[in-house]
Amino acid sequence: MGDEPIVQTADLSHRFGNRVALDKVNLAVAPGLIFALLGPNGSGKTTLFRILTTLLQPQKGMATVGGADVFAERALVRRRLGIVFQHPSLDKKLSVRENILLQGSLYGLSGPRLKSIGRELLYRFGLLDRAGDRVETLSGGLQRRVELAKCLLHRPQVVVLDEPSTGLDPGARADLMQMLRELRNEDGVTCLLTTHLMEEAEKCDRVAVFDRGRLIACDSPAILKSTLGGEVITVRAKNADHFAEAVRRRLSVGATVADGVVYIDSDKGHEFVSTLVSMFRDEIESVTVGRPTLDDVFLHLTGHRLWDGAPGKEGSHATN
Amino acid sequence: MPQTDTAVRWYLPVLSLWRREVVRFLRQRSRVVGALGTPIVFWVLIGSGIGRSFRYGAPDGANGMDYLEYSFPGMTVLIVLFTAVISMISIIEDRREGFMQAVLAAPLARSSIVFGKLLGSTTLAVGQAALFLALAPLAGVTLSLGSIAASLFILFVLGIDLCGLGFCIAWSMDSTQGFHAIINLFLIPMWLLSGALFPPDGAFRWLAWAMMANPLTYGVTALRHALYWNTDAALVLAPSMPVSVAITIGFAVVMAALAARLVERKG
Repeated sequence: MGDEPIVQTADLSHRFGNRVALDKVNLAVAPGLIFALLGPNGSGKTTLFRILTTLLQPQKGMATVGGADVFAERALVRRRLGIVFQHPSLDKKLSVRENILLQGSLYGLSGPRLKSIGRELLYRFGLLDRAGDRVETLSGGLQRRVELAKCLLHRPQVVVLDEPSTGLDPGARADLMQMLRELRNEDGVTCLLTTHLMEEAEKCDRVAVFDRGRLIACDSPAILKSTLGGEVITVRAKNADHFAEAVRRRLSVGATVADGVVYIDSDKGHEFVSTLVSMFRDEIESVTVGRPTLDDVFLHLTGHRLWDGAPGKEGSHATN
Repeated sequence: MPQTDTAVRWYLPVLSLWRREVVRFLRQRSRVVGALGTPIVFWVLIGSGIGRSFRYGAPDGANGMDYLEYSFPGMTVLIVLFTAVISMISIIEDRREGFMQAVLAAPLARSSIVFGKLLGSTTLAVGQAALFLALAPLAGVTLSLGSIAASLFILFVLGIDLCGLGFCIAWSMDSTQGFHAIINLFLIPMWLLSGALFPPDGAFRWLAWAMMANPLTYGVTALRHALYWNTDAALVLAPSMPVSVAITIGFAVVMAALAARLVERKG
């Protein structure tokens, strides 16, 4: 397969009534990567998840997994995908082992072969001693592990996870990321996950940033951050809008206001701060300089913070 | 795709989904109380309340059945109906945020979801109804091997009828909101007008017609035929046994086919 994308979309668009969920998305995911689809609620990433997992028929454009069309060849696509849903798809009244065996039968596996694959996965995920326990007695982190184990039974090429860290504590999140890395390194499985958490996206190999249905950037976290130059200057000013306007006009640099705070991109942060302070001494309340984060990248690209709650700026928050 | 693969994609999921329904049920004992307890209470209270002020189907005009006996088959069908309702609720909840998500994204034949679910729910319905049948002597119904076998068969077909109907309704609903309306304004009236509580003969003309148009009427009558298998009491029942059984089986086939179609249609 070489460097052919394992997951690809071409001019993929989808709308729910008047609301545009996906707007001409062209995405290419190279095999063997941990790939994040990052965006706030309503940015279209869940719609993309449902299309890629064959649960929603694309309206315009196309999407493929391993070259197979998600609609026309969905039986093939379903066999190549392992899926972890945002809401657990485990039967909580059944034991861990029963869930694994049941899932295997849905993929045509049975008998000793299924049992040995199941056992191997439970061992690998440290679940063997809990195999007989009902899922409802397991912690959230362990349940997520079972979820991951069961989607690997049929040896998928791609694992797709929808908001996998929802409801997990930081320890369990780190644990999950570690398991995805092992999958990538040892089995060459491509992991595609949706997230609204910057910290999570930072740990992935590639990040596709979505906003209001559009794919606005796609690259490694390091490259995305380097597009902002060296540093990000955060200024609290007496009148943020007025201050940002003055900075843009007089210094010809990008300045964005979000939640009453001004963010300025600069490739020579510290020198720039002294210029700034000498020019606007009376207006500035505080200045901080920091390495850019993905959050800054998002702000730079969209003009609003990922967690910008202001209505009107974000538009509809309807889930998709 | 090779033939065997297609078969595996069908029967493996059917068997394991069927098994899942039964295992889940056995682990939630409180469900037995809901599906079995309510009809027993209804039967004892309504049956004893109306008691001997009601006489039905006396072959020679003298020894007709009292209400406890008349309402017994209908209450057995109510158990099947309640099991179907519980199965509907689980379909709706499972599909949005639960187990069914993974099933729908798996490369199985979609109709296997329907058959696994229907066979599973029907097994539960027949099992609980069979427990209730053990009370038949209290109703004055004498059971024989023949009547037990015939009743279990009819209950199985009725299970496919009602669970299939429930599946079709549940599949077209996004949430359990408005669910009570469907139960109270559609499913319960359907049961009320099935001859479960009163025969069509004494009802107003329009109601009697509605009862004859209700497929469940034939199911309840088929169960009466089965319970009075090979006895004089069966001779006076209307509609006749072949008609009731044929319509009940036909209803089951239509419901299962419709459910399978619904599931295939949505990708």
